Amino acid sequence: MAERRVLELALATPGMDAAGQPTRVPLVAAAPGGAEPELQTDHMLINIGPQHPATHGVLRLVVELDGEVVVRVIPHIGYLHSGFEKLGEYRHYNQIIPLTDRTDYLSAPANNVAFALAAEQLMGIEITERCRVLRVIACELSRIISHLVWAGTTAIDIGAFTVFLWMFQERERVYNLIEEWTGARLTTTLTRVGGLMADVPDGWTGRLRDWCTRFPKTLDEVDRMLLRNGIWLGRTQDVGVMTAAEAIDYSLSGPMLRASGVAFDVRKDHPYLGYETYDFEVPVGEHGDVYDRYLVRMEEMRQSVRILLQALERLPDGPINASDPRVILPPKRRLMSDMESMIHHFKQVMEGVPAPVGEVYVPVENPKGELGTYLVSDGSAKPVRWRIRPPSFLNIAALPKMAEGHLLSDLIAINASVDIVMGEIDR
Amino acid sequence: MTGAAAENPTVPSLRARFGAAVGRSAVVSGATVVWVEAGRAHEILTWLRDDPGQRYDYLVDVTAVEYRDRELPLEVVYQLRSLARTAMLRVKIDLPKAGPLEVDSVVDLWSGADWLEREVWDMFGVRFRGHPDLRRILMWENYSEGHPLRKDFPLRGRFSRSEQVRRALSAGLDAHYSLDELNIADAYDELPADVRERLAARRERER
Repeated sequence: MAERRVLELALATPGMDAAGQPTRVPLVAAAPGGAEPELQTDHMLINIGPQHPATHGVLRLVVELDGEVVVRVIPHIGYLHSGFEKLGEYRHYNQIIPLTDRTDYLSAPANNVAFALAAEQLMGIEITERCRVLRVIACELSRIISHLVWAGTTAIDIGAFTVFLWMFQERERVYNLIEEWTGARLTTTLTRVGGLMADVPDGWTGRLRDWCTRFPKTLDEVDRMLLRNGIWLGRTQDVGVMTAAEAIDYSLSGPMLRASGVAFDVRKDHPYLGYETYDFEVPVGEHGDVYDRYLVRMEEMRQSVRILLQALERLPDGPINASDPRVILPPKRRLMSDMESMIHHFKQVMEGVPAPVGEVYVPVENPKGELGTYLVSDGSAKPVRWRIRPPSFLNIAALPKMAEGHLLSDLIAINASVDIVMGEIDR
Repeated sequence: MTGAAAENPTVPSLRARFGAAVGRSAVVSGATVVWVEAGRAHEILTWLRDDPGQRYDYLVDVTAVEYRDRELPLEVVYQLRSLARTAMLRVKIDLPKAGPLEVDSVVDLWSGADWLEREVWDMFGVRFRGHPDLRRILMWENYSEGHPLRKDFPLRGRFSRSEQVRRALSAGLDAHYSLDELNIADAYDELPADVRERLAARRERER
């Protein structure tokens, strides 16, 4: 009997609580004599991804761990590399637009707009006012759907499942609107050089306005769920901090830069599409942690709704395409009835539209950050160089800086907070 | 989109300070582009970042351009921005194709340049002197078809599809891990002997 007994040592003397019950004291099993077993103190090398739900795409992280503490993170990218920039050198300007859908595929309309703006600036095309306002609507809807995916997936990574369902429900409603407009949900190919592929259908603006009035309620509900939630606060506050100076040093952009306290927004600082005429605020964080990134993105969605309502208010009647026969195809009716229009259509589709010799760099404020389009033309119908300045690429490059020294579980929260999309990082 | 936009006032100050190291400049679609000498680019970029009158503190992008005309040099392009002044400047370095494709790394000036320079190395084969970890980034470690964004690189790649598949299937551990990683946590000693030999051979080559 005696040799099988386990001896436990109390580390304190039990007292009595108000109800007369003995209070709990910590116990420790007495060592059966002899030394502690030899513990492994080596660092551990683990692979997260490329196929892993918490890496938000085919990102692979090689992590060196000391126990549970992250010593080093080495991100590996390129698993989704499709060579879009190379392909672009073999495509006419309008043929590149479908490729832009597939870069940041969570905000395709905004990418379409970014590319069209660059091509138009290169060719010196002035777009119509209705086109400009519709593009603002497309950009802000993209910002909202992208941030909704971000909030949903980040909440799931941190353990809050409900937010995911609520956010994806709203995203679905926006996708229905986008589908009515463009016929596609994910790969919209919304813009053309000099205009849009289609005008919005009848009654669409009313449905968008309805959605705009209901949507902020969902944001408030999510805020109520998370901002008084001890787990959420504990998992996000002071995690993955980037100071303002570090954020600039690492060329972060978008909500990542603003959460660190740098009030830079391309819409305000290098306005395009007439953003300077809209009344909206740019939310800026203070601590540069996961929590502030959440606050910044939530507020950006509210501001986007404000911009959407103003855009709906001012949406003028008129054509959506510039009256520039260089880039705009003749109407289908004329094409079928007169020879000149048919030749015009044929030449434009088969030979493309030559851009003058020159180059442009056009930045736009995409949901993920500053999306730059750098186009170099040698006078032919295909660009010499089409460079995408991918915001997620630069934001995720700072992951080692943010995560090293934190726990492994924080690495997941930090990685989620960056809001990456691999289609854009790998291109 | 004003065609006759004025030149960025940084250019005259650059000329005054660096003289012949600053080449031609142009205003293209409203943006100022200035060419600088490869050897002094690092010094010039440091000045642009630190001079209180310039303060181009934000590195927007580093990339390269190769023209279809084979006579034209390859260009390394830096897009700079001053956040305080919301001004932008495009700095270019001409690299004649006959010479070595090498420039000084600016990772010591902007940490964000790390991955951007790796991408330019991977896609164009431009070496950045002083880069702490100049590895391929989008392509894998031992990708051997060259640098995809060069104009002499065919759109479908240099190898046939079957050769690409064969190489992918026979890739060893060293295709997926860098030397650096394999050295972590003494994993090196646990590797199969043939991988260790290959790594040792490569380390020899790199030396």
